[in-house]
Amino acid sequence: MLRYTVRRLGQLVIVAVVLSILLFGWLRALPGGPVSALLGERATEESRAQLVEQLGLNQPLYVQYWKFVQRAVTGDFGVSTGVQPGTPAMEVFLQRMPATLELSVLALLLAVAVGVPLGYFAGRRQGGWLDNLSITWSLIGVAVPVFFLAFLLKYVFAIELGALPASGRQEVSINATHATGFYTLDGMLTGEWDAAWDAFLHLLLPAVALSTIPFAVIFRITRASVLDVLEEDFVRTARSKGLSARVLRGRHILRNAMLPVVTTIGLQTGALLSGAVLTEQVFNITGIGQALSLGFQRQDYAVLQVVILATAMVYVLVNLVVDLTYAAIDPRLRER
Amino acid sequence: MGVGRPPGLRASRTGRRIATAGLAALLATSLAACVQSQREGDGGRSMVFGAAGAPALFDPFYASDGETFRVTRQMMEGLVGFEPGTAEVEPALAEDWESAEDGTEWTFHLREGVEFHDGTEFNADAVCANFERWYNQTGPGQNAALSYYWIETFGGFASDDEPSLYSSCETPDQSTAVLKLTRPSSKFPDALGLDSFSIQSPTAMEKYGADEVTARGSSFEYSEYAKQHPTGTGPFEFDSYDESNQSIVLRRNEDYWGEEAKLDRLVFKIIPDESVRKQELLSGGIDGYDFPNPADMSGLRDQGFNVQVRDPFNILYLGISQRSNPALRDLRVRKALAHAVDKENLVEANMPDGAEPAELFYPDTVDGYPENVTKYPHDPQRAKQLLREAGHQDLTIEFWWPTQVTRPYMPDPRGIFNALSGDLEEAGINVEPVSKPWNGGYISDVNQGEAEVFLLGWTGDYNSPDNFVGTFFGSTQNQFYTEPASWGGELADRLEAADGEADPAAREEMYTDINRSLKSEYLPAVPLAHSPPAIVTSSEVEGLVTSPLTAERFAPVSLRQ
Repeated sequence: MLRYTVRRLGQLVIVAVVLSILLFGWLRALPGGPVSALLGERATEESRAQLVEQLGLNQPLYVQYWKFVQRAVTGDFGVSTGVQPGTPAMEVFLQRMPATLELSVLALLLAVAVGVPLGYFAGRRQGGWLDNLSITWSLIGVAVPVFFLAFLLKYVFAIELGALPASGRQEVSINATHATGFYTLDGMLTGEWDAAWDAFLHLLLPAVALSTIPFAVIFRITRASVLDVLEEDFVRTARSKGLSARVLRGRHILRNAMLPVVTTIGLQTGALLSGAVLTEQVFNITGIGQALSLGFQRQDYAVLQVVILATAMVYVLVNLVVDLTYAAIDPRLRER
Repeated sequence: MGVGRPPGLRASRTGRRIATAGLAALLATSLAACVQSQREGDGGRSMVFGAAGAPALFDPFYASDGETFRVTRQMMEGLVGFEPGTAEVEPALAEDWESAEDGTEWTFHLREGVEFHDGTEFNADAVCANFERWYNQTGPGQNAALSYYWIETFGGFASDDEPSLYSSCETPDQSTAVLKLTRPSSKFPDALGLDSFSIQSPTAMEKYGADEVTARGSSFEYSEYAKQHPTGTGPFEFDSYDESNQSIVLRRNEDYWGEEAKLDRLVFKIIPDESVRKQELLSGGIDGYDFPNPADMSGLRDQGFNVQVRDPFNILYLGISQRSNPALRDLRVRKALAHAVDKENLVEANMPDGAEPAELFYPDTVDGYPENVTKYPHDPQRAKQLLREAGHQDLTIEFWWPTQVTRPYMPDPRGIFNALSGDLEEAGINVEPVSKPWNGGYISDVNQGEAEVFLLGWTGDYNSPDNFVGTFFGSTQNQFYTEPASWGGELADRLEAADGEADPAAREEMYTDINRSLKSEYLPAVPLAHSPPAIVTSSEVEGLVTSPLTAERFAPVSLRQ
């Protein structure tokens, strides 16, 4: 298990190096870039040349890359030119990551909390009204684009009913303490319950929108898995041995049906981060999804580099955790 | 912040049906009270304004972007300002001023009893300390990415070989500052109303290392002063900038020398997406935002919002580069382009209400605007004839237009391009479209004269012909690349001479002549339209006076109870 974990961690480094080279080369092949962003509409050739020299952008690409690596290992990814101009890119990432995590975690919780039980009960009562209703719901969840659903939710609950905030992370009138950057958690930690509640209200609509696809996927996998397990011999044997329904459900059906579900949840966690790009745009949530989108629009090398690299690392780490969890659940994997 | 919903914003039939349909609406209704109480719990009179982007910093000297100035303008003032609702200069920190006859010495009589937000005194020493700071920039501070407006106005720094327009600043007494220039300039005193030349507290700037700006990676890192301690004399002072929630809070300066701001707090909430800004206004989350999409303006008005259209102080032109296509160096070809475009139709079909076709390269409110200039009415046949005379009846041009952008003078680049390329083709000109993202090569390539024919424009910074035609044609190596033209250098020289003329009447005459020549002899580009940018606020907002320079001050603004 230890060797397995170390090997997987080693993969992180390789992914980081390869991705950083690709990313560095690709961004510099794009037209525009920081010089245009910094100089604005009326730049002269002279001022462009001066800036290019000052920022070292006239050096060979491999020299620029090596300098980038030297700075990056100390956590210095340069300064944002477009997303939050003047702010170090790492700071931009660290300030924005909690927003995305908070949103993704709530969306995942919603998807799991609704998807798993619904999938389980739909599987147990195949063909029943709950099964049919849930399948229809999950189909709609997959078919409707996230941004459309996000807009619809916002239109109804924020604009028409005025019931929930239309955008942002917290009312600007609330002068809350942000110790961790997770606004709901911050409010709870500091006892500022109104701030926590307000942050939660701001999260609700985007989280519901973001949870639709993971919900649909988790529901369907759970349902299919439960159906499969119900057909297994050991369930039939357990039932014939006269085990109580509770033991049968908990120890045999649910536990065994959960294996593919756990993998799916892990994969959906990664997918949530990419889904957050659109959701954060629609709800103006200052997370890394919005940073990524603005970074492309505004040719912000520094922010794009740190966000893409770090997101890739998070993705690999999440997958590692999933694999380790999988191994913990399944004794056969642990022995290998 | 405004609490109530704007009149006219009613739940639609669909909304009501949905609302009454199920459990979701019940949940929403119960939550509504919580949100409402949250907003009412604000305590003071705060206005929230939706900003399109994050300010680069809070030290306006190092800035050149509108989002930075929108914030710093509320906190800081210059020696002169602009009369609300116009681009005319008015006293600000200087009560009045006079210039020597030769235009090289400007004496400013300063307002007394004014304090910076840090409690230090505003006086002549502070004024000269600011000018000396600007003039003595070194290293990155000398880069146009940071000191754009100083370079544009004063041309150089103490350590440069070429002399700067700035010579020295003297303080005969603490209420008088004398600014000495190396030559007269039409830019004075108007340019001193630019936000970059706001007078900031020398004490605070020294304490928080205002000049400590360093190149880092592919950008610059600013000083602690620029991030956290901007200190001016304005009606609002800096409170906080929450970067993770993207909001900037200013609070009223209780010791302001003039009429105090009516709002307790002014909040800028950064919302990059235009449609999200609109939705946020509709939901009551913000009280206003700038540059609404022209397509939304009538809808917003119908819903009870106050859409104020500014007087246009900008120009959209069809730029022509003399660099790569030799045909475009022939005046007859450029005249053909001018006859080919249908400005009236363009304004009617692609511009917001209040837009006007343009005859010259600046609005008629700016000095030196002649009544009679050569005009090029829409006439495709005349255009074809001119092309034939020039021997370019099969003319093919690259027509560049930008993507991923809208500008106040160019609200719909694609629509404008489509309209104009249709006009050009009707006149027998073959158009090869080239589109590039604004920051993805468009601006950089156009500014190097790479684009044969292109769409671009400009919003004036202050009321001076030099700020328009001087900026456009004062150099022969820019987007128009007039270097190879026989008249390129001559035009630049004439503009320099007009800018350096000390006698206002003679200067105006010179600009009048230049404008006439620009239309009849040179025609380096085709002026297209002046387009009025709008600003939208909720019906609760009162007292907002719009500025043609898009330089609104929020001190007189209040929210209806």
